[in-house]
Amino acid sequence: MIRDRSKDIGEYRPASDDDMLICRCEEVTKGEIRRAIHDGMYTLTEIRRYLRVGMGLCQGQTCTRLVKAIIASELGTSPAETKPATARAPMRPVEMKVMAKDTGGSKDE
Amino acid sequence: MNNRADVVIVGAGAIGCSAAYYLAKQKINVIVLEGSDNIGNGGSSRNGGGVRQSGRDPRELPIAMYGIKHIWPNLKEELGMDVEYYQQGNLRLGKSEANLKVLEGLTSRAVACGLDVRMISGKEAREICPYLSDVVMGASWCPTDGHANPLLTTLAFYRKARQLGARFITGEKVKEIRKIKGQARQVVTENNVYEGDKIIIAAGMDSRAILNTVGIDVPMSPVLLETLVTEAVEPMFYQMLGTADADFYGHQSTHGSFVFGITSGFEPFAKAGEPVSSSHAVSLASTGILSYFPVLENLKVVRSWAGWIDDCADHVPVISTVEEVPGLVVACGFSGHGFGISPAAGMLVSELAAGTETTVDISALGYHRFRR
Repeated sequence: MIRDRSKDIGEYRPASDDDMLICRCEEVTKGEIRRAIHDGMYTLTEIRRYLRVGMGLCQGQTCTRLVKAIIASELGTSPAETKPATARAPMRPVEMKVMAKDTGGSKDE
Repeated sequence: MNNRADVVIVGAGAIGCSAAYYLAKQKINVIVLEGSDNIGNGGSSRNGGGVRQSGRDPRELPIAMYGIKHIWPNLKEELGMDVEYYQQGNLRLGKSEANLKVLEGLTSRAVACGLDVRMISGKEAREICPYLSDVVMGASWCPTDGHANPLLTTLAFYRKARQLGARFITGEKVKEIRKIKGQARQVVTENNVYEGDKIIIAAGMDSRAILNTVGIDVPMSPVLLETLVTEAVEPMFYQMLGTADADFYGHQSTHGSFVFGITSGFEPFAKAGEPVSSSHAVSLASTGILSYFPVLENLKVVRSWAGWIDDCADHVPVISTVEEVPGLVVACGFSGHGFGISPAAGMLVSELAAGTETTVDISALGYHRFRR
């Protein structure tokens, strides 16, 4: 989708619920996310990279929907227009010593 | 809206965003076109974050040295955003006699270029980074090297350039460059035509097909780059790490997580399309990392990701105007070590586009080297 990043979305205005925690793993508030959008971060992926939203232990399984709604509300778009960020392996955190045991092939059989 | 600018940049990665910043700072009108939906979607957000001089080819070393001396230390103030730059040195580790020979070769070549890098013993390496195991027999040590956060650096250049009036448009996939009266002038996308007095191509691997539309070819091939990210822990060490065996590289971030690059040996043979992490890479990297750092065995891997390297035939970038196509500036083929030089490279690209003398001599990185 073509998106001009110079489009005027109005100024960031503080809101009463700006202190609300949205990403619990990385402790990012609604106000920080809203400010990031006004700094030009228009996509879930950019906001992740900018604020670490959804990059903590749960990998965004809790906050993604909330962040999408905030983006839609600030940009005046629909949450359905916001693409999901890429899901990354592993699904749950795994110790390096466990990963290192996978020596491949049939050696251990 | 007006689709004309003094300079049109194709690619909103670290190079494109940095060039846009330096141009906008001089009040030069810029439009930046990004094919994907996200700023910094290619190698700019998918690299190990090294800000190194050691281990570099002498042709690009002067750019790395300039950036570390004049740009990186002030970047936080200049862009108004913390890019998590650390200058705590680079250790390249060796655990065999053959490794040490490789490191000695790299070191003497860099010293000849005036870089402060030297060989140290395993004991000295452990004094610098006490978590290293006894397998480390020696290392090369460059105290002025370091690392930064590539995601934040790219977005910081974007944010500042945008504040200064550069116009960024994402989701604009460039199909061709058109010449008018022998001069590169128009950038044609699927839906629009943009026009600039100068056109900068900084689109990573995609640069090749775009340049081909004006008969210019930079010999590059895609190479997969894979990385794992761990959970956050207390600060342990902030040196940049590499090895002579190239079995891993990486660093600890401000956040506390470790970012470790992986070498699997299959990088040039990865499946085309979206870069995807392979199933074996994290295991291979963990084996490598734990042999140097057994102390990290209980550290959890939180995620893995992959990206494409635009590997140039001679493994250094093309940063150059093109004699055959006036108006065109090429900046691609950074070959997997572009991030650390991206602020300086963007500055040099802006100078090429503005037609001023370049701050660093980049004649060895010219496109003409591939002309037969």
